[in-house]
Amino acid sequence: MKTARASKSKQVSHSYLITFGIVIAFYIIIQIMSGRGVLTSSLEGQLIPMCAYAIMAVSLNLTVGILGELSLGHAGFMSVGAFAGVLVYMNMSSGIPSWCAMFFAILAGALAAGIFGLLVGIPVLRLSGDYLAIVTLAFGEIIKNLLNAMYLGADSSGLHVSFKDAASMHLSANGKVLINGALGITGIRKSSTFTLGIILLIITLAVILNFIHSRAGRAVMSIRDNEIAAQSIGIDATKYKLMAFILSAVFAGIAGVLYALNYSALVATKFNYNTSIQVLVFVVLGGMGNITGSVIAAAVLTVLPEVLRVANNYRMLIYSIVLIAMMIINQGPGMIAWRKRFVAKVKANHSDGKEVE
Amino acid sequence: MSLLEVSNLGIWFGGLEAVSDFNLKVETGHLYGLIGPNGAGKTTVFNMLTGMYKPNKGSIALDGVNITGKNPEYISKAGIARTFQNIRLFNGLSVLDNVKLGLHNRIVYGMMTGILRTPPYVSKEREMDAKALEILKIFELDPMANLMASQLPYGQQRKLEIARALATNPKLLLLDEPAAGMNPNETEELMKTVKNVRDRFGIAILLIEHDMKFVMGLCEDITVLDYGKIIAHGDPSSVKHDPRVITAYLGGE
Repeated sequence: MKTARASKSKQVSHSYLITFGIVIAFYIIIQIMSGRGVLTSSLEGQLIPMCAYAIMAVSLNLTVGILGELSLGHAGFMSVGAFAGVLVYMNMSSGIPSWCAMFFAILAGALAAGIFGLLVGIPVLRLSGDYLAIVTLAFGEIIKNLLNAMYLGADSSGLHVSFKDAASMHLSANGKVLINGALGITGIRKSSTFTLGIILLIITLAVILNFIHSRAGRAVMSIRDNEIAAQSIGIDATKYKLMAFILSAVFAGIAGVLYALNYSALVATKFNYNTSIQVLVFVVLGGMGNITGSVIAAAVLTVLPEVLRVANNYRMLIYSIVLIAMMIINQGPGMIAWRKRFVAKVKANHSDGKEVE
Repeated sequence: MSLLEVSNLGIWFGGLEAVSDFNLKVETGHLYGLIGPNGAGKTTVFNMLTGMYKPNKGSIALDGVNITGKNPEYISKAGIARTFQNIRLFNGLSVLDNVKLGLHNRIVYGMMTGILRTPPYVSKEREMDAKALEILKIFELDPMANLMASQLPYGQQRKLEIARALATNPKLLLLDEPAAGMNPNETEELMKTVKNVRDRFGIAILLIEHDMKFVMGLCEDITVLDYGKIIAHGDPSSVKHDPRVITAYLGGE
């Protein structure tokens, strides 16, 4: 009885350590490389987006791999988080220490995305089937178009919103335009750092991995595997679906804040359908339900187009070959069997060593 | 007062009356059988008892509490657990996790406790592991605790489903064709297990089964359904010789 329990908890902590180890090792390697000036500036510019996309992929994996529902509008939550976070950041940064403003920006981004996750989730997650895919697809487009057409300004009398142009907000002389329609938010002080990105990624990993290996996470996976059986043993399917979906949206919002504060301007069209699909590609290639896989796939596939710039015309050709290769390595039945054998071998060696002790 | 009292239960799908005027009384600590030809409405009765279908007529009371038309989660908490005709396990999860999910409403801690790994997380998870292994032991599944549920052979999957249902601490356990697809040896073994479960947990068990040896050897009280109606009810020997039952199964003029 004891051995079964011990080996279970050991398994869990092992997979945690490997994931965190990879992230921290990666951080150290990048720090050394950038210290020696080995990294090109274009590559260095990809480091923060890489962290943001890794957080996106991990959070989407919670919806797609753990909850088993398809979301095609994850960029919508990233967008909501980005705009909310940047607005808070820009209106706080005077007088308050930067890290403090950053903290509140991330909090605001998380909160805003979480609220939208709740609003989208409540009607849709009561149903079972592919409805979530359709609704999130629409949500992503609606958010993009709304933010793209929105003018937001503030003056002494409060906030003003218009969907026509900046002038029709009738701001007083001391007022300022916060969101300028299709031009979005400009004049953002770039404040995201690679270190912050890695910290946020580690927090995301810790929260989501802990969630998956807890009572609530198990309930979510039971709904994925068999909703009828889950209900028959007293699990409230709607509650746990919502919980996982909102958690997923919250981290997409955090990724949005991290991403947006890396540029001086923020436009809504960045978070379009292509971004949602790109993140979904990271999740599928990394393996659905495989959190470590999501991080690696996101990191590799974000940097790859930059690295391949040397290859000019062959860039997209090589990119697609890498996609196919990753698919075969991750999902091919032969490779899965080989991996299983390898893991079993390592485990056997490990337990032998233990017995000798 | 009986543990379960079902009176005049009826449901229809469009114009089809799937079950009508179904009556049943179940006492704690006894084994009941529900038999009948294919399509007689046996599983439909189970689905109404567990809240998966809402009956159009009649009432269900468990321990004096009216549970008619309540949702499956409520009924599970009230004390009815079930297995399914076509096995419904959580295939992507370990054998141990399947049983721990049965404990979901018995050992409780919140989402934040799980995320932050505060001390209650450790103690509650330990409690869950111990309890789940204890239940797995009854079914001799404890050596397989860390295997995926889908890796188990068929007969053990059926047992795991019963173990998961028992983990919810039911007053009444519904088994839908537990011996389906089993060979005579496995069936024999399952009979012992079911008896053992009844004695050990002191609960009532109601089962649907086509294997007559299994039903006659196990159940003390048998209800026979045909075309959604009760055609016979009583102890095994009286049911076996009832002319209406023989007609329903073998046909007659």
